Amino acid sequence: MFSPQIMELIQNGIGETLYMVFISTAVSYLIGIPLGIILVVTDKDGIRPVPVLPQVLGILINLLRSIPFLILLIMMMPVTRKIVGTSLGWKAVVPPLVAAAAPYIARMVESSFKEIDAGVIEAAKSMGASTWQIVWKVLLPESRPSLLVGAAISTTTILGYSAMAGAVGGGGLGGIAINYGYYRYETDMMFLTVAILVIIVQIVQEVGMRLSRSSDKRIR
Amino acid sequence: MAFEESIIQLKGMGKEFKTANGPVVALDNINLDIYRGEIFGIIGLSGAGKSTLVRCINMLEVPTSGQVIFEGQNLAAMSPAGQRKARQSMGMIFQQFNLLAQRNVLRNVCFPMEIAGTHTKAEAKERAMELLQLVGLEDRAKAYPAQLSGGQKQRVAIARAIATNPKVLLCDEATSALDPNTTKQILQLLKQINQDFGITVIVITHEMAVIEAICDRVAIIDHSQIAEVGKVADIFSEPKSKIGRQLILGDAVNNVKFDLARKFRITFDGRESMEPVLANMILASKVPVNILYASTRDIGGTAVGQMIVQFPEDEADAMRALNYLKSVKIPFEEVTGDDV
Repeated sequence: MFSPQIMELIQNGIGETLYMVFISTAVSYLIGIPLGIILVVTDKDGIRPVPVLPQVLGILINLLRSIPFLILLIMMMPVTRKIVGTSLGWKAVVPPLVAAAAPYIARMVESSFKEIDAGVIEAAKSMGASTWQIVWKVLLPESRPSLLVGAAISTTTILGYSAMAGAVGGGGLGGIAINYGYYRYETDMMFLTVAILVIIVQIVQEVGMRLSRSSDKRIR
Repeated sequence: MAFEESIIQLKGMGKEFKTANGPVVALDNINLDIYRGEIFGIIGLSGAGKSTLVRCINMLEVPTSGQVIFEGQNLAAMSPAGQRKARQSMGMIFQQFNLLAQRNVLRNVCFPMEIAGTHTKAEAKERAMELLQLVGLEDRAKAYPAQLSGGQKQRVAIARAIATNPKVLLCDEATSALDPNTTKQILQLLKQINQDFGITVIVITHEMAVIEAICDRVAIIDHSQIAEVGKVADIFSEPKSKIGRQLILGDAVNNVKFDLARKFRITFDGRESMEPVLANMILASKVPVNILYASTRDIGGTAVGQMIVQFPEDEADAMRALNYLKSVKIPFEEVTGDDV
């Protein structure tokens, strides 16, 4: 049905998409988890309340989250060029993806931590646990199932954003869908790329949910 | 048992919470001495401040006034690091058990040892297994909290709370989520730990039965203040505060309605159980009385109880009967209307 050239194009597209999503998700988590920890720990009802800081951080996060991704993508071009040396191709999508996803992930992580029973944290405190010990030994391991669900949701959201980047020369499957399917009216190309995106989302979501379920010791 | 040396002293301790509607006093001028090796009960209705009180003892809540002296040191004046260190000498168990849901039983018991850094991994595991044996759960070491019953969870929590060899065990409504049978077993376990390891146990509860079952001394807390403190047998036989009577003499009396006046409560503290007090009184004063209510309880082996009797209308007759009670030193008091 499709020529070998097109198959190669699609193959590359899948590779690029997976690459940019994987790298962006990883970097976003490296930033988002500490941000989430700071939000929860320094909250006025947190383990170690700090005035002003969580509010300021919250406003910054909301600010970043309220900018439409396409606008963020264009706004960040000068910064992107400085970081990865180009404003074209899948690599150029990583910095704006991180900028959009890290605050989102910070909120996901925050809500996962807030699910933990306050009594368990109090018990750890009663044993003389320090703030760090509570973060490492209570917050992170106790919220693991919820964090995994969050990771599946975040990854699929980032995948969705990554496809949008195709509109400004971002490469990947989104780029193919727009360049071939939309601009050249090759509808079957568009359907093919969208179908592949759907499959990737299904797989990521399913794997995430299964990992979460199998790691959760509360069920059984 | 004789307890003399204080392990914890609360001196003029108060706690105020700031709320949107202004400050709320949770505890007001609390003075308490808790002796080394005893089981001390703190009882009160919900909202009386008992949970805040126990949290002030290990500084989970910082008192806004007064002192908390633990083994001669004022905890309130310590650095946060010092307070954390002190907490490692005080285990705590909770109404909702508060086990780590993602850790199995063995690793839950290892948890405080990891935090204190007192044991290597292997040592911690070994000690945890010993403790699980003590609480009778060695065969559930690999189970997760979700697979345990409430009583089993509380046993794990107890094993966990005493893992670092604390000097004090704080129990915050530890049996309130358990059925009566399981409650009995958990209380027995607490008593055993108190006797075998000499750990001072502080029990917070709203249930009289818990105090009766294991406590040596009790403090009754009401409206943020200590209403009375004393040996359980003394307080149970003759509660002096209004709240004490309400808690001990119970609601049963509330349900009894008397139409006529001249009702008296006679309290027995166990000494008179062999004497026919009432019969002697009737014979001596030649006054017939009507028994309206009576109850006895067994506290620490002695029978204590109360009786509400109605005396005749005639003033002189009643006085004769009361004078007899006075002469044999039996405590009594007039009861009116809804007062119990």
